Amino acid sequence: MTEAWHPVAASSDLPLRHTFHGQLLGRELAIWRADGGFVNVWENRCLHRGVRLSIGLNDGRELQCQYHGWRYASRTAGCTYIPAHPADAPARTICNRSFLAFERYGLVWTGESPAGELPTVEVLEAADPFGLRNLPVNASAELVIEMLHGHGFQPNAKLDNFGAEIAVQSYGEHCRVLSAMAGGSTTTVVFFVQPVDASRSVIRPVMVGVPEPLVQTDVLRHHNAKLTELRDRIESEAARLPALQPLSAAIEQVPIHLSEVPIGAIGRRKAPLRVQVARKWQTATDIVAIEFESIDGQLPTFQPGAHIDVHLPNGLVRQYSLTNGPGELTHYRVGVKLEAESRGGSASLHETVREGDVVAISEPRNNFPLRRDSLRTVLIAGGIGVTPLLAMAQALHHNDLRYELHYFARADDHVAFRTILDELGDSTQAHLGLSPGGTAAELERILDQPGHAEHVYVCGPGPMLEATRRIAADRGWPDEAVHFEYFQNATEIDDTTSFEINLARSALTLRVGSGETILEVLHQHGVSLGSSCEQGACGTCSVAVLDGEPLHQDVYLSEAERELGDQMMVCVSRTNGKSLTLDI
Amino acid sequence: MTTATGHAVCTDPAILNQWYAVAAIPEISVAQVHRTRLLDSSVAYSVTADGECLAWRTAPNDATVTVDASSQLDWLPTRTAFGYLWMSVGEPPPDVFEVQESAEPDRRTLNAATIGIAVSAPRAIENFLDMAHFPYVHPHMLGEEPHTEVADYTTELRNGELWAVDCRFYQPKAAVSSTEGVMAEYLYRVPSPYCAMLYKSSPGDAERMDVIGIFVHPISEEFVRANLFLCLLDDVSSDTTIRRFQQTIFSQDKPILENQYPKRLPLDPRAETPIRADKMAIAYRRWLTDLGVTYGVIPA
Ligand code: FES
Ligand SMILES: [Fe+2]
Repeated sequence: MTEAWHPVAASSDLPLRHTFHGQLLGRELAIWRADGGFVNVWENRCLHRGVRLSIGLNDGRELQCQYHGWRYASRTAGCTYIPAHPADAPARTICNRSFLAFERYGLVWTGESPAGELPTVEVLEAADPFGLRNLPVNASAELVIEMLHGHGFQPNAKLDNFGAEIAVQSYGEHCRVLSAMAGGSTTTVVFFVQPVDASRSVIRPVMVGVPEPLVQTDVLRHHNAKLTELRDRIESEAARLPALQPLSAAIEQVPIHLSEVPIGAIGRRKAPLRVQVARKWQTATDIVAIEFESIDGQLPTFQPGAHIDVHLPNGLVRQYSLTNGPGELTHYRVGVKLEAESRGGSASLHETVREGDVVAISEPRNNFPLRRDSLRTVLIAGGIGVTPLLAMAQALHHNDLRYELHYFARADDHVAFRTILDELGDSTQAHLGLSPGGTAAELERILDQPGHAEHVYVCGPGPMLEATRRIAADRGWPDEAVHFEYFQNATEIDDTTSFEINLARSALTLRVGSGETILEVLHQHGVSLGSSCEQGACGTCSVAVLDGEPLHQDVYLSEAERELGDQMMVCVSRTNGKSLTLDI
Repeated sequence: MTTATGHAVCTDPAILNQWYAVAAIPEISVAQVHRTRLLDSSVAYSVTADGECLAWRTAPNDATVTVDASSQLDWLPTRTAFGYLWMSVGEPPPDVFEVQESAEPDRRTLNAATIGIAVSAPRAIENFLDMAHFPYVHPHMLGEEPHTEVADYTTELRNGELWAVDCRFYQPKAAVSSTEGVMAEYLYRVPSPYCAMLYKSSPGDAERMDVIGIFVHPISEEFVRANLFLCLLDDVSSDTTIRRFQQTIFSQDKPILENQYPKRLPLDPRAETPIRADKMAIAYRRWLTDLGVTYGVIPA
């Protein structure tokens, strides 16, 4: 049953900014619609102290828990803000359990771990659905289904008569299609049965075709009466049967690294892990692959798209995306391209670091999370930008989700990680030696047809990324469906302005002079804030802006996010105005 | 263990062998039998005309109306302390823990509220030990957005009691007369698993602290009556004003507590996600684990 799709709410149960309390197979759900329309179905429990999220506040983008104000983002259910520690970025992995959700026939569908596509009911595909009254019943879904055989009603054209002939058709375990026929007219109603708990269900009837406006009230009244009779019959039958134990839905444990109270604020570039270079090899021209193994216990989990900070022997810190597949946690594998204009980062890894060396790395952090609820995922890689996408491709591959990986590289010998690519098989495609024009033409072809619930992930050199974003926008891909990660910020940074920053939570006003960054000034004054790339590419130092107009110089925020102006990357961005008020 | 009527009662010695405040003495009508439950056992108590406190175990359907010390009953030990009648269904220590301040003559001592909450006792205690919820659950009273930060504090064990010291939190209105917010200072103390105290900088006296206590009376694992004890340096406000303030606070916590799931406090560190502000909650959970508490909790 946990593998099946079930209706858990009517679309009309989710009005603007409302949070609906649902239940499926004993598990409580918080169901809410974000302003854009996206329906979230989550475990009804705040990860912090277990308070029901169905009493939380839906602000249109996030759900806020009533107890300590933790905020969880629509879609990912990831925690975005912990008010008790306003200066710390919440660990990206604090993520509530969420379930796939779709709307169809005026109902919201979900499942614990639904296998396959949301099933369709042909009769409802052919005509408009018309939702009848949803009816909670104190009986098991099995009993309800059984007794739906025997339920009767009149066709819409013959409401006043009696004794219509009823034909029943089964549609899987929890759906029955009843057609009432009398005097040459027929009305069909699809009855979906939602198993709420062992002995509680909701009948969700959907009529095939919308009745004439004039008779709608009568139709609804007729079905209300019939359904009430049905419920009474089912409940008196249920009362005669032995009582069933309520179902208990297991609550997942939080990840081990979240179970300890973190020590101190997230300081500057913490590198809590010590790892050893277990393997290092040339995987393509100018690219080495390195595998790090833990020397003191299990490596923390990572998400596809995540990167680690590697602290190099020469004191530099560099970010590298993990290329690991799902569940591959015996090591972290990264790819390092030798940059011609290396400031010493890639050169150090290429030349100095050997197998057996111990280096410090950060825990994986994910600024490039992968959605797994898309109907199709398009991964576009340019050169070394393939690394996070390899992790994504393996995850999608492993989960049998539809995806394609387009890998643009200079030539055959520049294609890295062949073993992984071979395992992925047909879903990957290499595009070799294309000119910028050729690349653009190829991108036009790939991005030709945006579809509902499809997503694009792109990572590669700046110009290619720019081109991909532009073409995707031209072709009608919504901004939210195009995800990207810049490796570098190629923008010329202007740091000549000087201005004031007001720190709303720390009640401090500080001056940022020309030649200084906001981040540096914060650190000088003991305000701790996490940062990583310090070139506006990774998103770690994002800060909410309460007042003032930021001058964005990063490559992390999307156009839409920039326009909103409510956050900024304080390592590079500034203002042309007199002051900024920041939420720190 | 089950009673004659077949329902389970508490068998956890760590919880059984404690004192519990079951009623505020000034609120007990004299020479009458009052029935309640304590740790799933049916019990009754009475204050005789000459002020003697009696408590005994009863059958659930018992209907005795008058008793005196000579009645043949299943007597239970009682104590009186800080204005409450305490009793136990186990083998409690000789005395209820001490609250020195309650003996100071210039303090007001009263039971501000007794309120039924459908939650386990440890969840109620944890809520009492928590500052981070002030701006959200008690806005404009104990906290106010955007002053949500919980500064670092220290937890420690003192003579077998759990303490949190150096706690500070922004309070919008320290006293009825004040117009500005202040950083209020707090000390928390947990003298027994289901009782907690809080010492808070007093608006009336810079040198001393107001004392607020929560003495939880566990009816069952998932239902409690919480007694809110006050011992204040305030000779201005009326009892009614003070009570109303505290009752408002309590009534704000109640719906949150009743929506916590599971109702019993999970001791497995991986059941919920702590942050630094939860140090005291974590210390409390560890302390309960070390005491071997199994009642009202989900053992790890
Ligand atoms: S329980 Fe949800 S924020 Fe604390
Ligand atoms: Fe509270």
